[in-house]
Amino acid sequence: MTQPSLFAAWRAMVARDLTLAMRRRADVLTTLFFFIIVVSLFPLGVSPEMAVLREIAPGVIWVAALLASMLSLGRLFADDYQDGTLEQMLLLPQPLSVLVLGKVLAHWLVSGVPLVLLSPLLGMQLGLNGNAIVLLMLTLLLGTPVLSLIGAVGAALTLGLRGGGVLVSLLVLPLYIPVLIFGTGAVDAAISGMEFDGHLSLLGAFLVLAALSTPVATAAALRISAE
Amino acid sequence: MLEVRDLECVRGDHRLFTGLNFELQGGELLRLRGSNGSGKTSLLRTLCGLLEPAAGEVLWQGESILAQRDEFNAELLYLGHHNGIKSELTGFENLRISNTLRGESPSEEQIYDALGQIGLAGREDLPTQVLSQGQKRRVALARLLLSDAALWVLDEPFTALDVGAVAQLAKLIEAHLQKGRMVVYTTHQEVVMQAGACREVNLDLAGQEA
Repeated sequence: MTQPSLFAAWRAMVARDLTLAMRRRADVLTTLFFFIIVVSLFPLGVSPEMAVLREIAPGVIWVAALLASMLSLGRLFADDYQDGTLEQMLLLPQPLSVLVLGKVLAHWLVSGVPLVLLSPLLGMQLGLNGNAIVLLMLTLLLGTPVLSLIGAVGAALTLGLRGGGVLVSLLVLPLYIPVLIFGTGAVDAAISGMEFDGHLSLLGAFLVLAALSTPVATAAALRISAE
Repeated sequence: MLEVRDLECVRGDHRLFTGLNFELQGGELLRLRGSNGSGKTSLLRTLCGLLEPAAGEVLWQGESILAQRDEFNAELLYLGHHNGIKSELTGFENLRISNTLRGESPSEEQIYDALGQIGLAGREDLPTQVLSQGQKRRVALARLLLSDAALWVLDEPFTALDVGAVAQLAKLIEAHLQKGRMVVYTTHQEVVMQAGACREVNLDLAGQEA
């Protein structure tokens, strides 16, 4: 296959998944409301004290983003698997990993980007100051695509299994830990006036590493699951 | 040329068939026969490379299909049990996207024309979820009209179709064979097709013995 047709195919994949997401807006909104509600429960459950909330804010928002991102994984391949479009995708004369990267990108655009855009509001709700909020957005911007990329491997592996939803969280959540540590670490460092460049560089490195390696693993997992 | 050598297929603990050999040249039609559960779908999926054979191999132009996936996929069109269409997208969108993904770019007229020919005129821009079972099948079959693939693999292509559509599909297959292409299919319906060379493989007889 020539390069232009591969790029055209990749673009068609992204565009298709975005169109589908637009026609099933309820799915996207559910994840978003889940994110808002989980974060909003903490002032009620822990303490409405601003000092306390400011202390836990980065962790709370990041963990909620983690869970919201995981919640949306179920949609990544399951529908395609059920209606046979996944089978057709496996039989395309294009490298599967490239198409997988397109699907993950589309998934991140509809499930990750809204979390990033909404995070300042939740940051303010928990009393974060301007700098910390900017950094929170930055870490989420670097971190949520990693979550989608890693999650795709788990989603592909558990495709078609009974109780796959729970299994995927057991598989994927431990792998999310480094992203969580450095994501919250950067915001915490910013709040206490320390250097945070290292954290951001590491998050960037995770992103590059995940973008290069996980599509191949996801493609292999899809071939196994589709058998 | 499609060649199958000593193919064995195992699902779970059950051996479906073993020692299966056949070959198919351009212009030939192959019908798989067999009772339910005899492994027709598994064989078709193995021919496409979706399923790895327990033993033996499938060769395309003399080389294993697993070693040349992209090249082989460019020559292959598979229609499985599932239609492979998105219910939220319209027939037109489904067809346009599946062709772009394959690296082909038919014009809008060609796509509308294909949908019209298959009997979906006036319904091209409806989401496929509002279509009937047979109409959804027709959307999937419209891909055949736009395809010039050397090998069609069709799993029960006649299910859910009415008499007119069955005849139309049979004509489509005949025309494809006349162009020197190959078709492998299974069906429980008796459909008469005028083909130059029509082969049959009966999986009930394809040695389940050890």
